[in-house]
Amino acid sequence: MPDPSFIFAQSVSGLTAAMFLFLIASGLSLIFGVLRVLNFAHGTFYMLGAYAAFQFMVWLGPGRGRFWLAALGAAAAVALLGGLVERLLFRRLYGAEELYQLLFTYALVLVLGDAAKMIWGTQQKSVSAPPELGGKALSLFGATIPYYNLFIILLGPVIALAFWLTLQRTRAGRFIRAAALDRETLGALGVNVDALYTWVFVLASFLGGLGGALISPMRATTPGMDTEIIVEAFVVVVIGGLGSFWGTFFGALIYGQVLSFGILFFPRFSIFAVFALMAAVLIVRPWGLLGRPLK
Amino acid sequence: MTRRTPWGLLLIAVALAVPALGSRFYTFLANDVLIWALFATSLNLLVGYTGLVSFGHAAYFGIGAYTTGILMKKFGLSFLLAFPAAGVLAGGFALVFGFFCVRLTRIYFAMLTLAFAQIVWAICFKWNEVTGGEQGMPEIPYPSLDWMGRLPLLGSLRTSDHFYLVSVVLVTVCLWLLRRVVGSPFGRMLTTIRENAERAEFIGVNVRRYELAAFVLAGAFAGLAGGLFGIFNRGVFPDFAYWTKSSEVLIMTLLGGMGTFYGPALGALVLILLNQQIVSYTEYWPFVLGTILIVLLFVFPGGLAGALGTAARRLRRAT
Repeated sequence: MPDPSFIFAQSVSGLTAAMFLFLIASGLSLIFGVLRVLNFAHGTFYMLGAYAAFQFMVWLGPGRGRFWLAALGAAAAVALLGGLVERLLFRRLYGAEELYQLLFTYALVLVLGDAAKMIWGTQQKSVSAPPELGGKALSLFGATIPYYNLFIILLGPVIALAFWLTLQRTRAGRFIRAAALDRETLGALGVNVDALYTWVFVLASFLGGLGGALISPMRATTPGMDTEIIVEAFVVVVIGGLGSFWGTFFGALIYGQVLSFGILFFPRFSIFAVFALMAAVLIVRPWGLLGRPLK
Repeated sequence: MTRRTPWGLLLIAVALAVPALGSRFYTFLANDVLIWALFATSLNLLVGYTGLVSFGHAAYFGIGAYTTGILMKKFGLSFLLAFPAAGVLAGGFALVFGFFCVRLTRIYFAMLTLAFAQIVWAICFKWNEVTGGEQGMPEIPYPSLDWMGRLPLLGSLRTSDHFYLVSVVLVTVCLWLLRRVVGSPFGRMLTTIRENAERAEFIGVNVRRYELAAFVLAGAFAGLAGGLFGIFNRGVFPDFAYWTKSSEVLIMTLLGGMGTFYGPALGALVLILLNQQIVSYTEYWPFVLGTILIVLLFVFPGGLAGALGTAARRLRRAT
């Protein structure tokens, strides 16, 4: 039996991974909830967020607070790209078959992924953590937690709460929820559903881009991180329930713990465990742990 | 009465004649096309004929490749046994996975096929003792085809040419079998299920059982394609089963046209030749492929076969 402090450290690292995954998966889940499309390109938006953060850091040069500026700028740039893609291309496919929509998002993975390679090359890029948080760590129950990880662990729930309040309490949030249920009625009531869809895409891309920007100080940014993360995000939304908000949050928590303890107990089969969990959830409860069956 | 041109036989003759060109490269390309044509056609049985969008078809391709590869390399088994084994094992896995998948509909079906494929990939990636893990399994031997060298005309050919000729024969047989499946009452029923599963249920068809049968057949033929590919590629690697491979074959199927039997094979041919052309100009093949895919989705949703069919009809009307 490993000692408790090790288990604690392991669960904290799982928690950090979970918060990143939540940031990314929440956008994926939002798009699925409203548009009923699985967006393969969401992982690419996350990768572009990381590259954009790197680029903004280079442009901003040395100075205080530049990491935060770069992260927000990267998320905004990715959000803009997401909005453009929806407006110019994706909306033409809303009437098309599901397969065509899926393949379109996959085409985006190919095009944008390669575009990133053209711009930033294949060498990995790294971003240094903000000086306020970098290099320092907190000792807790014998485990060392870098401040930056701590920040991520705190940021995750804050974003979840803010996101949830937006969906529940604001007018735009009510429209988004209504669009998920019945697009036509909402349109008939005089809401501009077209514009709403664009905003959903923008918001989802913002979250994906932010996830990528925030992970850039922890993991090197490389080509291929897009196709890797997107399947992880699929696992999260499937476990929690496609389109379910809190489901995504809990799905991410479960994923993080399974992965970090899977590595502990079955070092070689932790990825296997994660996909087995995904398959098991789909078999037993296809709509996920917290989701509701589709009509 | 006009006799129909025997296009199939002509095509086989052309395919068999490729090694006569004497170019190692052309034979290589033709072999690549053949195997992918079989892989894409097997997927089309599911996506095009039964209306089940699988996002994990690479799993069965991978299982087939590892089966043949392991049996031939580690156990020294003959190709005569190792090749059918690929189909049997891939079909067996498809039976187990498909049993669960066909219970789900649409997006959940796609997600579960993806999950199973990723499980297969994870096992291939990590189970070093059996699959060689991340490094894969290089140096899969060619089947012993020395007897072909003693035949007239074939004596001067390379081993890779001999293997190519074997591939032509095997892929032709597989495609012929698939064609028979599609044209049979069973195949018609699959189309009925695609068009209206509810109505099929009403007239007393056990929809799930038919879907499962299609899933197993598609898996088995993908496995056979994989078995050939491992040898052709001189190695088997975990990314054979990775989800991006599943997308690639789906793109081929769509590019060629899902509504037609030979569409996916045409898609494989066009995509592989295009790839060869483009990689000599630029390393950014995925960029080009993605752009083609976007154009295809917006301009020719019926795929190449669909577009050709429309053009042919217009021509006929004009004359």
